Amino acid sequence: MSAIELNNLNIAYSSVQVVHGASLTVEEGESFALVGESGSGKSTILKAICGLNDEWTGEIKLYGEKVDPRKRADISRISQMVFQDPYGSLHPRKTVDTTLSEPLTIHGIKDNGDRVVEMLNAVGLDQRYRFRFPHQMSGGQRQRVAIARALMLKPKLMLLDEPTSALDVSVQAEILNLLKQLRKDQNLTFLLVTHDLPVVSFLCDRLAVMKKGKIVEIATRDQLAKGTFNEPYSQELYQASKHEHVA
Amino acid sequence: MSQKLLEVEDLRVTFPTHQGDVEVVKGISFDLGRERLAIVGESGSGKSMTGRAILKLIRSPGRVTAKKFVFDGIDLNKQSERQMRKLRGARISMVMQDPKFSLNPVLSIEDQIAEALRTHQTLTRKELDEKVLHMLEQVRINDPARVAKLYPHEVSGGMGQRIMIAMMLIPEPDLLIADEPTSALDVSVQAQVLDLIDNLIREKGMGLILISHDLNLVANYADRVLVMNAGEIVEQRDAADLQNATHPYTQGLLNAMPRLDETRDELPTLDRTQWAAT
Amino acid sequence: MSNMTEWLLSDSPTSKGQAFAGRTWRMWLSLLGNPLAITGLIIVVVLVLMAAFAPLIAPYSPIGQDLENRLLPPSWQHWMGTDELGRDIFSRVVYGSRLTLMIVLLVAAISAPIGLVIGAISGYFGGWVDKVMMGITDIFLSMPKLIMALAFVAALGPGIENAIIAIAITAWPAYARIARAETLTFRNAEFIDAIKLQGASPARIIINHVLPLCTSSMIVRVTLDMAGIILTAAGLGFLGLGAQPPLPEWGAMISRGRAFILDQWWVATMPGFAIIVVSLGFCFLGDGLRDILDPKNEGKS
Ligand SMILES: Nc1ncnc2c1ncn2[C@@H]1O[C@H](COP(=O)(O)OP(=O)(O)OP(=O)(O)O)[C@@H](O)[C@H]1O
Ligand SMILES: Nc1ncnc2c1ncn2[C@@H]1O[C@H](COP(=O)(O)OP(=O)(O)OP(=O)(O)O)[C@@H](O)[C@H]1O
Ligand SMILES: [Mg+2]
Ligand SMILES: [Mg+2]
Repeated sequence: MSAIELNNLNIAYSSVQVVHGASLTVEEGESFALVGESGSGKSTILKAICGLNDEWTGEIKLYGEKVDPRKRADISRISQMVFQDPYGSLHPRKTVDTTLSEPLTIHGIKDNGDRVVEMLNAVGLDQRYRFRFPHQMSGGQRQRVAIARALMLKPKLMLLDEPTSALDVSVQAEILNLLKQLRKDQNLTFLLVTHDLPVVSFLCDRLAVMKKGKIVEIATRDQLAKGTFNEPYSQELYQASKHEHVA
Repeated sequence: MSQKLLEVEDLRVTFPTHQGDVEVVKGISFDLGRERLAIVGESGSGKSMTGRAILKLIRSPGRVTAKKFVFDGIDLNKQSERQMRKLRGARISMVMQDPKFSLNPVLSIEDQIAEALRTHQTLTRKELDEKVLHMLEQVRINDPARVAKLYPHEVSGGMGQRIMIAMMLIPEPDLLIADEPTSALDVSVQAQVLDLIDNLIREKGMGLILISHDLNLVANYADRVLVMNAGEIVEQRDAADLQNATHPYTQGLLNAMPRLDETRDELPTLDRTQWAAT
Repeated sequence: MSNMTEWLLSDSPTSKGQAFAGRTWRMWLSLLGNPLAITGLIIVVVLVLMAAFAPLIAPYSPIGQDLENRLLPPSWQHWMGTDELGRDIFSRVVYGSRLTLMIVLLVAAISAPIGLVIGAISGYFGGWVDKVMMGITDIFLSMPKLIMALAFVAALGPGIENAIIAIAITAWPAYARIARAETLTFRNAEFIDAIKLQGASPARIIINHVLPLCTSSMIVRVTLDMAGIILTAAGLGFLGLGAQPPLPEWGAMISRGRAFILDQWWVATMPGFAIIVVSLGFCFLGDGLRDILDPKNEGKS
């Protein structure tokens, strides 16, 4: 069964259409990347999938079940999202502990803090950080907290919106390693938005290239490594990335 | 190098905390001509603080001190807050790291850019509108007429960054400090936006301080690179020469980047215990 | 002691309690570093103590008349002199602090939460909810406070309880506006989206995530407004619509002293002085709190 199936998805913001007829399938356990132009609607697709925007038409299926944009069932235990900006996605007045326990309280899961400890370990954060406030942590540490929060309800599907673009290369490496490890350990499915092709190469099996609200090409990681894309725009992205590299 | 635009000697930024003073920039020195200088380093190494210190924009209780601190013949040490305000924006401007924090959440994009334009020149409503659209086009925003009417939370991450850049270029400053200006942009737009900045710098003979953690970008768009770690400069190099960096920290940063044809199962990370700061 | 401070200032607390205590302790330290705020705090604490121990502090009864000793100037027997019925003004001022404190606290306790909740709901939902709620708020805001309070007291009947209710009714719209403005700046923030994705209901989001971010500016604003509340209460007292005689309410005392202002200046001046000192105290404290409650000033570890 596929984890996500999008068929002819159109998404609008107050009647301005920003995504046009997007279709793609992400298999269970797969790691799939959405890359492409800034403003092309990548974040918008993730938000539609997880229910933060319901102005869409077309079809979204999660694990075989159709999602109805208006009668939205609570999918928080199936799928979670990690946001682009680690500075904006944590509540400034809540300690790490509160942030992480909140999803458990909401779902009435009784737990005496074991899950929090477990998740902090899973994302490689020392217990020292458990009662810190966001402003007492660096960007990389905050992003780890955001990932831990997404994992609290043990979802099967993780939607990752540029999880490392605000982080420096060394922290990026840590987070990427972490994501790879977590996927292996917990058998997660990833849908990852990024503008960084090397990240795709490290973490993903397939990628979809977007431009101006349309998916122009779906390619595999091999194609990316060799640079054998079919569409001119994908080629352009590939060339630009290649050109940039020093090492 | 003809004329020095900025001379900094022994720049320090200190924050008093309840556990005593913490120095986050520890006495760095550098010169800048009308050229492109990059500052790289990992998160928390003091890059942004250095940038803000030049504008004297460190929030109190933070303190900035320097033995020598001269911008184009003006001694910044002696400038009052009022005089600094005149310099900021007009002669030195800065693209802040967090565009969504730096934009006013309750003003539309159009109004914010217009506001910035108006403080520098008097324009009629119509000229103003045209100029706003032109600016958005320049930073490669598709459909500028629609985007102009949006509020900051309605633009994508990359658009926000480009809007900030457009606003900072309006007054045509002598020195532009760009703090992670393109971290949310895809490579091709990134290249276009940096080319735009680059052209402006060449045409107007401006100076640029480019703060980034992206070593690729820095190698392509700067003449000289300062590598910072824990508030100190650990290495200075010509950008073209970056891959020959000798300091283990710089090498660590270079190795931590994934490649297009990545085969490694795990990326090497920095061993922070060597440099552990906080 | 040094162990204790270390425990409090630890940047990696090991329990909720320690994190909370540490935060409070840090605020306390920054408060100590702010002389104006400390002055304000001392004034407010003195006011509270005065109210609590009024019978012990006041040398005379606040309502006992002594017509032989009317309108005496300040002296060792009567520190602030006596009024037209021979009552000791100092004792009245001391007992008056109870009324003042009660008015201020009740008004704050009624109007701030109403304003907060209405503003937060309005800002969070936006759309027609916002339009309706802010429409109502604006109607209240557009009328002068004192006149509206007058109208309400006239309808409810004079008396201190009704004065409190009337002032509270006039005070909440300003708080609703502030809370809404504050909410607007972060209602689209990603941390709110994130909590929605955890399956939280709107009520939960507003109570647990929106309100805590509005409260600090609200506390500051309420503290700064206390001076205004005291004055409005005094105004109502002055017009005979607030505290009824013989209650030693400061505003009412001034209005009675007005008749003797030229010859027996102390009758009106002493309670006026009390109002000024207490108002200033609240202002200083509010200003200090503004600096302290701003999370960016909390000093990073
Ligand atoms: N709330 C909103 N209201 C109106 N338009 C919106 C809103 N959110 C996004 N948009 C528009 O939708 C388009 C796609 O935005 P989206 O955030 O999905 O881009 P993106 O592909 O994630 O880009 P980036 O890489 O820059 O983050 C943009 O043109 C943006 O202006
Ligand atoms: N108000 C403050 N009080 C104490 N320390 C602070 C304060 N603001 C920043 N710092 C510290 O200053 C150091 C340098 O911060 P700076 O923002 O310059 O880092 P940076 O190099 O720009 O990192 P990044 O790549 O994450 O933006 C950090 O360790 C940070 O924790
Ligand atoms: Mg995005
Ligand atoms: Mg920075």
